[in-house]
Amino acid sequence: MTYQENYEPKPLPEVELPELRQVGKPLRRIDALGKTTGTTVYAGDYTMPNMLHGKVFRSSEPSARITRLDVSRAEALDGVACVLTADDLPGAGLATDMPGQTGTEERKGTRAPVLASDRVRFYGEPIALVAAETEELAQQALDLIEIEYEPLPGVFDPVEALKPDAPGSTQSPIVYEPDNVVSRWKIRKGDVGAGFAFADEIVESTFRVPFVEHAYLEPEGGVSWVDEQGVINIRVSTQVVEHFRKVADAVGVPQNKIRTRGAMVGGGFGGKEDITVEIFLALMAKETRRPVRLVYTREESFIAQSKRHPFIITHRTGVKKSGRITAAEIEMTADAGAYPYLSRYVLLYATIMSTGPYRIDNLRVDSVAAATNQPFTSAMRGFGGPQAAVAYEQQMDAIAERLGLDPLEVRRVNYVETGDPNATGQRIDSAAWLEETASHALAGLGEKEQGEGPIKIGRGLASYFQSYGRITWFHDTAQAWVGVEMDGAVVVRCGVPDHGGGQINSLAQIAGELLGAPLDEVTVYSTDSAVTPLAGTTTATRQLYMSGSAVHKAASAVREVLLERASKHFEEPVENLDLADGHVFVRSDPEKAMALDELVARCASEGLPLSNLALFTAPFTEELDPETGQGDVFPDFTFGAQAVEVAVDTETGEVTVLKSVAAHDVGRAINPAAVQGQIQGGSAQGLGYALMEEFVVEEGVAATPSFSEYLIPTAVDFPDTEAIILESGTGVGPFGAKGIGEPALTPAAPAVANAVADALGVRITELPITPQRVLEALEAARD
Amino acid sequence: MERGQMKSKLITLHINGRTHEVALKPNATLLQALRDLGYTDVKSGCEKGDCGACAVLLNGEAVNSCLVLAWQADGAEIVTDAGLGTLDDPHPLQQAFADAGAAQCGYCTPGMIISAKALLDRNPSPTEDEIREAISGNLCRCTGYSQIIEAVQLAAERMGGGR
Repeated sequence: MTYQENYEPKPLPEVELPELRQVGKPLRRIDALGKTTGTTVYAGDYTMPNMLHGKVFRSSEPSARITRLDVSRAEALDGVACVLTADDLPGAGLATDMPGQTGTEERKGTRAPVLASDRVRFYGEPIALVAAETEELAQQALDLIEIEYEPLPGVFDPVEALKPDAPGSTQSPIVYEPDNVVSRWKIRKGDVGAGFAFADEIVESTFRVPFVEHAYLEPEGGVSWVDEQGVINIRVSTQVVEHFRKVADAVGVPQNKIRTRGAMVGGGFGGKEDITVEIFLALMAKETRRPVRLVYTREESFIAQSKRHPFIITHRTGVKKSGRITAAEIEMTADAGAYPYLSRYVLLYATIMSTGPYRIDNLRVDSVAAATNQPFTSAMRGFGGPQAAVAYEQQMDAIAERLGLDPLEVRRVNYVETGDPNATGQRIDSAAWLEETASHALAGLGEKEQGEGPIKIGRGLASYFQSYGRITWFHDTAQAWVGVEMDGAVVVRCGVPDHGGGQINSLAQIAGELLGAPLDEVTVYSTDSAVTPLAGTTTATRQLYMSGSAVHKAASAVREVLLERASKHFEEPVENLDLADGHVFVRSDPEKAMALDELVARCASEGLPLSNLALFTAPFTEELDPETGQGDVFPDFTFGAQAVEVAVDTETGEVTVLKSVAAHDVGRAINPAAVQGQIQGGSAQGLGYALMEEFVVEEGVAATPSFSEYLIPTAVDFPDTEAIILESGTGVGPFGAKGIGEPALTPAAPAVANAVADALGVRITELPITPQRVLEALEAARD
Repeated sequence: MERGQMKSKLITLHINGRTHEVALKPNATLLQALRDLGYTDVKSGCEKGDCGACAVLLNGEAVNSCLVLAWQADGAEIVTDAGLGTLDDPHPLQQAFADAGAAQCGYCTPGMIISAKALLDRNPSPTEDEIREAISGNLCRCTGYSQIIEAVQLAAERMGGGR
């Protein structure tokens, strides 16, 4: 046993956060009642007059040549409006590795066919589209499509894919030209040889993590129609309305002829960051000149879209007896699947975060993402960070065990501090509350349970750091428009898609705070590529930081106009005026007040601007040095920790989570109830990652394409995660906020892995930690 | 008999206090019927009974409407989440789910509220374990369930039950 029985929470540095009226309050979200009363309409709920129903014909082979494709019987079926194949497409293909709303140059060879023509590279790859009068007819038409394949040798393992004699590299077709290497990154820092020579011990471990499915409850879907200006409208469930540009490219129309209107997204987690149904919908609507709806089935959702990357990660770490790390060598291999998508950037995140929140001056990291004939992999909550954390945090406990030290102590002597460089040499500027969050999480576990007989109790900790905001060489921007109506009500227009994290509500609380409007008097229009100012993607834990800052900027400009006008009226300096509860008032004499509608009327009659369009820009940097991997990459980082206590039944192998406590420094919680929801929901996904979730792929074929085979946590699987929300006020977001969406998931899985190892004295290095793996590990330890 | 050639039958569905007479084929599920009639608050998540997003009350019992054929519901009383309350006049469960932050993406919420309604109808003062059990057939990917359980407890209290 290396964990102590009790930990004391480290006292927090003194932070003075101003008391605000709405920001920092757990207010009922503006989207809440619409969702609970079933009023909210999701993309797949829309119908249009004269609407057709679309379906996608998909490959039943993971690697094959299409030798014959005959859609004539499908076309001839009464009620079928169109059948489209690759022959009917403009041919531009789908740009897969360009994150939405970036000017980043597209890398050669990273396009995927919209519809496969001669060759299929993964099971479920789209081949043809059908639009028919009813869903049933569309399904019948799919069944009438005739196809013949010549199976080709496939490669189903990233390590195999990289071997010179792999099927994919010599006699057989390559999945990705020229050598299946989708991307590589490296970090070279200090003198690794000297660091290892100086070490007292060298600890080496290899960890593996599986494919994971996003498993949002709302399958991908939407409706498309061509309007009176010839604009192809696409109402779709998406995290990225800016994809309209790529859709235009793929469909062969100018960019102002595609309009993407989002809807409340029924869960995204990165799975709706890439294009899903948009191009299919646009093609069918353009072809038929009728509205078309296409909604994936659950099985289709599981096989058609991306997965979290499986990784194999090896750490070789030199340490002094004190626990201080003297050098590290880290190797990472990721399965990119059949097409690049965002693998290059997921791999970059994993590479940069591979060290964990620890200062390692002598460092060598080599990472590679390899193409295979597996499901393609792309963004999923954490974007490579969680895979890295599963490895680095287990490695920290392995080091503690080797040295006979307390795991928190080993971390404490290595934690980065504010002002320290991270792996790429980027200076950490904000608070790095690592020991604070770790000790709070551990202390939150309370008294340790006692195991009996075959039941062993263990505790585990994981610290983490995770970026929020996009890669700074993407030159990220967000726009927002804020205005006050004549009755004092506030309107926000901002392109942000809301996928349930409270994205639009945060904007409302920020605007309401600054303009003195109660939350129910703020209306937010969002997620429309044509009429809401583009705010960028709801990804990378960036919306509060980016769109929140844009709204803050726009609302502040309107506030200034209002206060300056009120200043004249009251003959008081602006500093002595404030806006609250629909009034402007004199701070030193609140009796002197005026209703907002009256103030607005005065401004309007004088032609003063009562709205503002603001552009917020993130820091811009150059790309990393390709030889050393050094440079600034992110706007800032969130720090936190999670501690769990588990019971392991050594007879059945079953792991039960008894307690779970997560502590995160969120900078400033704009809405603490929403932050709690992010932490508890992220934790549940992370606990599922640790113990339950594996998207099984057998020779390229999905073996678990349903919720009865791919199990996600239910209400009876895990206890509540206690959410400890700490606020350093040092984030780069509005009011000092950091980001919590992705970070919330990251520490759960390694904490569980460490707890199981603590309980058993044997480490299971592959997720998920199933009963079978537990029993095998115990068996192996006995031998 | 091939699909598409099956004979339709006129059936009567009483939904949220409205009566619909609709001609449906024998293989049409209640879920499809409800959504085609515009009750899109009934969500389709898997069509296999695995996720609970399509739960409705059928003669007072919570069922996955994807597992019920529409013909089986002929003449039955069906209540969907939207039938419990409205934006201006929400049901205590809908209010509590909103107040407790229990709806994130909201896609599981209508089905979740139906399961909670069925629970509170038969047990106005459920324990935490009883709540967990009652919603264990409703998957949620966003919340980790904590605020949902809190919401059901809050609603039970406000409705005069609770613990």
